[in-house]
Amino acid sequence: MALTLTPRDEAMPERDQTADLVARMSQDVDAVFPEVVERYGPTLYTTALRVSRQPADAEDLAAEALVRAYRALSSYAPRRIRRLRLRPWLVTILLNHWRNQLRTGSRRPDEVALDRAGPVASTDSPEDAALARLGSGQLADLVHALPETQRIAVVLRHVVGLSYEEVGQVLECPVGTAKSHVSRGIAALRSRLSNDQEDRQ
Amino acid sequence: MSTTIDSGDRALVQALEGLRATPPAGFTERVLARVGPTPALDEFVVVDGPSGPLFVAFGAEGIRHVIAADVVDRDPEAFVARHRERFGRSLRPASAPPAGLTRALESGRGRALRFDLHGLTEFEQAVLRKALEIPPGEVRPYAWIAREIGRPKAVRAVGSALGRNPVPVLIPCHRVVRNDGKIGHYAFGTAMKRDLLAHEHVDLDRLEELGRTRVRYLGSDTTSVYCFPTCRHARRITAAHRVPFRTAAEADAAGFRPCRDCRPEPARQTA
Repeated sequence: MALTLTPRDEAMPERDQTADLVARMSQDVDAVFPEVVERYGPTLYTTALRVSRQPADAEDLAAEALVRAYRALSSYAPRRIRRLRLRPWLVTILLNHWRNQLRTGSRRPDEVALDRAGPVASTDSPEDAALARLGSGQLADLVHALPETQRIAVVLRHVVGLSYEEVGQVLECPVGTAKSHVSRGIAALRSRLSNDQEDRQ
Repeated sequence: MSTTIDSGDRALVQALEGLRATPPAGFTERVLARVGPTPALDEFVVVDGPSGPLFVAFGAEGIRHVIAADVVDRDPEAFVARHRERFGRSLRPASAPPAGLTRALESGRGRALRFDLHGLTEFEQAVLRKALEIPPGEVRPYAWIAREIGRPKAVRAVGSALGRNPVPVLIPCHRVVRNDGKIGHYAFGTAMKRDLLAHEHVDLDRLEELGRTRVRYLGSDTTSVYCFPTCRHARRITAAHRVPFRTAAEADAAGFRPCRDCRPEPARQTA
């Protein structure tokens, strides 16, 4: 059976919230910025935690992204602020900062062990059984092991709940391409889960 | 197909949603501390007011927002939501009320308090600063505020500015009333305005009575000074010496001069 996936965070309400936020922020960045931190802190922290391979640095990455966003906003004209797509813009700042850090070698990616699945047997479908055995830490490891673009696409779409349009903006690609990055990422996760199940049978 | 997903993936997608995480405690404060002192979160307290509990929000620059707790069903979250709607800022509970708040609520005099009136127009700020001068137990007409701030024709605008008072009770917009003895509008309802004035011992029945007979001022024939009826000097005039006036011109013609404290008319230059 094929189900059409409904995004859990429909694009419209988020868009309305953002429109309201940027409209007020174009009048007074200082007054509204604390709200930006509160509303998007979890999005940025989760993205940092699930995309970077340095969970311990997730808070620093998210905080640095917000500080950079604040500096940029303080220098933008009101018109420019009103045109911002706030959520993908913030995520883009986060990811650029993360890539810069990797490039300058100040932090090195550490490989994540993928062989930590527990030994519990199950009678459900192979993938469900594998999922049931996996702790969330182990699913996070599988996500970490995806190629970078797929990893970002899957995390943004299915963990943080961005729309495909927003994922496309972050990845600087058309919506269709964003969708295929997401679905290839999901397929890769599924096949790893199946392999994992076969290994134990 | 990229937009559909089979039931096997559904469990996977749900598991992925479970990977959402919240930043460690204190994250917001740490970020705000790094961007500088300005956008610190405002704080709020709940205090006993003269007519029931009040939510009071304040930041580094002073008191910004007051709401009668009953207006939001005494729900702090509803107050925070209202504050956010109006000021775009979040609030966190404060450990202590701002300096002088308790004393100001007891005395009914808010002049020593610091208010943060950012975001209001100059006109609105002038109206509120003027209202702050009205002592407890006394009332002034809307037209008095308009004249005192140099905008004698802006009487209706004074009414709207008072209606948008972000810090009612502390800036006593309830002490501004119609000049016909009726008490006029109030953001939290006329019942509360009535209650606040009664609490300050303003005799509302008497004000209405004077209004009905169109008496606007009371003079003393021993001093030849005339006042608004609630002025502390007018309240001391004994019945035998009390002279009612309907207009300033009438008082003027009778040889009375306006009180220098309640200023029913601008003081005349002495020749």
